Parts: sequence; structure tokens; C-alpha cells
Amino acid sequence: MEIPAILFYFFAALAVISALAVVLNVRNTVAAALNLVVTMVSLAVIYVLMEAHLVAAIQIMVYGGAIVVLFLFVVMLLNLRTDTFPPGRQRLMKLVAVPLGLLVLAQLLRASGGLPEAPPVPQGFGGYRQLGIALFTDYVLLAEMASLLLTAAMVGALILAKRKID
Amino acid sequence: MVPLDHVIGLSAILFTIGTIGVVTRRNVIVILMSIELMLNAVNLAFVGFNRMSASAGGQVDGHIFVLMVITVAAAEVAVGLGIVISMFRNRDSINVEDVSLLKW
Repeated sequence: MEIPAILFYFFAALAVISALAVVLNVRNTVAAALNLVVTMVSLAVIYVLMEAHLVAAIQIMVYGGAIVVLFLFVVMLLNLRTDTFPPGRQRLMKLVAVPLGLLVLAQLLRASGGLPEAPPVPQGFGGYRQLGIALFTDYVLLAEMASLLLTAAMVGALILAKRKID
Repeated sequence: MVPLDHVIGLSAILFTIGTIGVVTRRNVIVILMSIELMLNAVNLAFVGFNRMSASAGGQVDGHIFVLMVITVAAAEVAVGLGIVISMFRNRDSINVEDVSLLKW
């Protein structure tokens, strides 16, 4: 087995384990957020193996940096040491959710079989130059819409987090 | 090179883990994290399929979509955590079962 395949399987296993740790960790929300960082960085490594270099860099900057820091900030702002809630319908929920999740997984895995081999890619594929050209010619409207969306989200977050809504 | 079946399979596994998190957990912040996991699984599928269909010209449409999904995820987290703070202020709890006003 050559090096990229070993790296892929190692980081895929790491991503799955840390994603499970995010979901199954019922004691500590901070630990869940830190496990989320591990998942994001593992996925960034897999993006590099898939020749998506700019996407990997943005994944680390936006997810590993901004989004998880926002999560940690809110967890520590609200001073949530534990999230042990009184037991409710949790047992029934789990009994229903796990078979449902396995059914979804089986369907998705069935649909993902028999894909063709990946072709070789040209020099500079997935780099900032090629993505920049695509983003500001063919997809320029999408880039403008993204800026509008981020402005709207910023205003919305400010208004929601205000102390009193007048 | 890694077979693309395995990349899409990893994406499916992560998406399922995220779904189970959204359905079973009652902490709003962990539910938002699970939604991030699902969005990341979709991003991985985009990158994998883009790698598969990369022709001689090297189309990067899948990468553009990944950038858009990351933008939407960032906006969603900003607004979602604003809602969480407002909810904690009003109800003094981040349990989703305490805010069931719109529940049928």
C-alpha cells in the first residue's frame, strides 16, 4: 500500500472516531468542541489527498479556526460545565435513532459502490489560481450572494444576541 | 490512489453520525455541532466527486460549491449561537425540550 492510501485510511479512521466522540460525549461540551477540531483537520488532510489544496486551507481556517472558536466561546460564556439533563424519552429516542441511522448508512453505502477510477489531474488543479478564476468569472454572482448572506447573518446575530429586543 | 468508493463511504459514515447526533442529543450546542458534521460529510462528497470528474481542463465546480457550503455553515453557526445565547438568557437552559413552544 502506498503512502497516500495509508494517510487516507489513518485520517479517515481519526475523523470517524472523533466524530463519534462529538456525538457520544454526554458529559463535557468543551471536549466535544475539541473533538470537532480533530474531525475538521482530518478532513482537511483528506482534501489535500484529493488534490483540493485551497479547500483544505479554507477548511482549517474557517472550521478549525473560526467556527470551533465560536462554539468554545459560547460554551464558556454560558459556563456550561456539564449537560447532564434529567432522563426523559432518551432511551426510546436512542432505540429508534440507531436503527434509523444504520438504515440511512446502508442506503448511502449501497449508492456509493462501483464508482470509476479517479483520472490524473493537470498541474495546479484545485489551487488558488484556478479557483480564483472560476469564482470571479463563472461564479461571480455566487460570490456576491455569499457576501450578502454573510452581511445578513452578521446583522441577524447581532440583533439576536442583544440583551433586550425592542 | 484511494478508491473513490471509500471516500464517498467515509462521507456516508460521517453524515450518519451527524444525523444520529441531531436526533438523540438534547444540548442545542451539540446539535449545532452535529449539523456541522453533516455539512462536512457533504463537502467531502463534493470534493470526491469533483476529483472523479476532473477532466483534462480540470473543472473545479465541486470546490466552488464546497466554498459556498462553508460560507453558509459559518453564517448558520453565527445565527444559531446567537439564538442559543438568547434562549439561555430567557429560559436559563440549553435543553431543546425546554423550548417546545412551536412543537406540535
